[in-house]
Amino acid sequence: MSDGLAEIWRTGLRNRGFVIGGIITVSFVLLAAIALIWTPYPVEEIVVTRRFQGISSAHWLGTDQFGRDLVSLLMAGAVNSVAVAIVAVGLGVGIGVPLGAIAAARQGWLDEILMRANDFAFAFPALLSAVMITALAGPGAINSIIAIGIFNIPVFARLTRGAALVVWKREFIMAARVAGKGPLRISIEHILPNISSVLIVQVTIQFALAILAEAGLSYLGLGTQPPQPSWGKMLNEAQTLMFLAPQLAIFPGVAIALTVLGLNLFGDGLRDVLDPRLRRER
Amino acid sequence: MKRLFLALATCVAGLVPLQLQAAGDGHLNMGVVLEPPHLDPTAGAAAAIDEVVYANVFEGLTRIDRNGEVKPGLASSWNVSDDGKTYRFTLREGVTFHDGTTMDSADVLFSIERAIATDSVNAQKALFEPIESVAAEGAGTVVVTLKRPTGHFLFNLGWGDAIVVGEESADGNKANPVGTGPFTFKRWVKGDRVELQRNDAYWGEPAKLATATFRFIPDPAAAVSAMMAGDVDAFANFPAPENMVQFEADPRFKVVIGSTEGETILSTNNGRPPFDDIRVRQAIAHAIDRKAIIDGAMFGYGTPIGSHFAPHHPAYVDLTNRYPLDLEKAKSLMAEAGHADGFKATIKLPPPSYARRGGEIIASQLREIGIELEIIPVEWAQWLEQAFRGKDFDLTIVSHTEPMDIGIYARESYYFDYQSEAFNGFMEKLASEVDEKARYAVMADAQKQLSEDAVNGFLFQLAKHGVWNAKVKGLWENSPVQANDLTEVSWEK
Repeated sequence: MSDGLAEIWRTGLRNRGFVIGGIITVSFVLLAAIALIWTPYPVEEIVVTRRFQGISSAHWLGTDQFGRDLVSLLMAGAVNSVAVAIVAVGLGVGIGVPLGAIAAARQGWLDEILMRANDFAFAFPALLSAVMITALAGPGAINSIIAIGIFNIPVFARLTRGAALVVWKREFIMAARVAGKGPLRISIEHILPNISSVLIVQVTIQFALAILAEAGLSYLGLGTQPPQPSWGKMLNEAQTLMFLAPQLAIFPGVAIALTVLGLNLFGDGLRDVLDPRLRRER
Repeated sequence: MKRLFLALATCVAGLVPLQLQAAGDGHLNMGVVLEPPHLDPTAGAAAAIDEVVYANVFEGLTRIDRNGEVKPGLASSWNVSDDGKTYRFTLREGVTFHDGTTMDSADVLFSIERAIATDSVNAQKALFEPIESVAAEGAGTVVVTLKRPTGHFLFNLGWGDAIVVGEESADGNKANPVGTGPFTFKRWVKGDRVELQRNDAYWGEPAKLATATFRFIPDPAAAVSAMMAGDVDAFANFPAPENMVQFEADPRFKVVIGSTEGETILSTNNGRPPFDDIRVRQAIAHAIDRKAIIDGAMFGYGTPIGSHFAPHHPAYVDLTNRYPLDLEKAKSLMAEAGHADGFKATIKLPPPSYARRGGEIIASQLREIGIELEIIPVEWAQWLEQAFRGKDFDLTIVSHTEPMDIGIYARESYYFDYQSEAFNGFMEKLASEVDEKARYAVMADAQKQLSEDAVNGFLFQLAKHGVWNAKVKGLWENSPVQANDLTEVSWEK
């Protein structure tokens, strides 16, 4: 197994997208982790007299309309994005993967019901249903997490079922059945490990989508509420200040774009790296 | 042949209005932030109603001019009896409503009686409360008898809530306002605009504009784009003060910072613990840094206030130093009130930027003395429902834009729930006092009482951020009443 990991690592280093995306993703997560214990300035500290400062050694990216330090805000915003994305994608994986696995293991009417319900959920445009949920349940970080999590469920359920069905047809599964293992045990011991690489890749992509969705909801005022900082909210507040202080919109915008780009590159690279057939060709 | 002629005629008919529009100098696109719920100023408190129809479509017996002075409106003159209780109004002759019916004493009688009736839906019934009876003497004279001398009765009659409506058309005014003003109502495209056109049968000096459109643009960013693109010619009160700098630098626009009647306050629920404790309210007053709020939320536009009174009013007393910024004092007051460790509360913020931004700053200021505020952004409908009518709030920020509205503190069960015998006494005294000097003295006492009791957090007087096309003339610089009076507006040739 360690040989396998080492080989993956070696192939990974040769994949440019994987390396660049990985660096961006890791530094983004690291930044969020640091922000948990330290930011250059307290995030909620409003000092109006030092507002709209430019880039300086005291404030690396300047200050916003309330005199808050932009670096601190961006770091705290990263925490918010990561937290929302982890919980939301976790919700999608936690519910979607078992549903897909059950559908694939049982098939028949249960499969039919689960997948039609899935299609129904899938038919709604993701962000639109998130807007609907937060509008109904009231704005707030928790509700936006739930909303984003809900539209992640069908993605994982469908992916798991499709990939699992292929594995179920394989001979070693037949062998496991003959050996007397039940569907639950087979799913856990054989199916899931065999589809894990597909799931991991999907997680990184959904992670990027969740960050975008959170920023979108917060921009619309339905997600994270003040004084809790969020990239989307920063964009919203910067909107009317575009002519006065364009950097207030540019920095969070760049942060969002860069993170999503990094996660997508990382996900793409990961798919290539984890796929044994592609690995051999290179 | 006939068909060809018809087609030609249609073309020509189509061309004529096009040319009129191309001339352009007779039309004004006025931007306003809020869309009115309906268009009858006698049936709603929303300032947005008056901002469209006051002085343009509807007129009252008196009118308030751009300087806040009382001028003759539908009454050409009046005289007041020596005891100050009887007002005899002489009505203008030859005034017709937009539906063609004549305006006479019967309509005035109808309007006043409708407003003071027990089932009246007028939002400012207090304005009419002093009236004992109204009577007509022929078609051209109306006599109003008051219960007691009332100082600014003539000013009150100039409010949008006191306009004269036609007996025949009053019921339809919400959707189809019929007044006597220089503009007639043309149509209302809900969610977008109200269109007015010149009333050629107007009794007074006709309006210089042929048509006017009020466009409703709640989003500040959209408002900037609309001004920049020329879709809107004027914003009497621009929603985003941060853009003033940019308009000032642009020669196409004229920026006029005026005064409003808007006392912006941190409304405090005086009936709900812990805010029923005066020491807590005083602590809040000591913790509020007005300059930071004006700079941070309003980009420096605004005048600090220390009580509920407009600084440009002659009876104003500067009380901004009654509770100077003093965190130590504030903390010891909190400790005295038994909240040494602070407490948690909520602050509900309606959409305007003074509230949303101001709220964030106040939350950070009150955190310094241990009050943790949870910020709850609300829409106007929610705010009216929950905070204003339901009294379900701890703190909220709102600008009270009615002129001379200190009387709201004497109202029973008003939303901030202030009860004070002393203050009510001042208001009673004010109501019966006619001598200007004595009135001002009572007003000063009333201001001091509110400041002393730290009823609400008194923040600043809202400035009016007017921005309009540099060629537009005649718009109001200040807003002594809620209005966008277009009667004198014209385009520079």
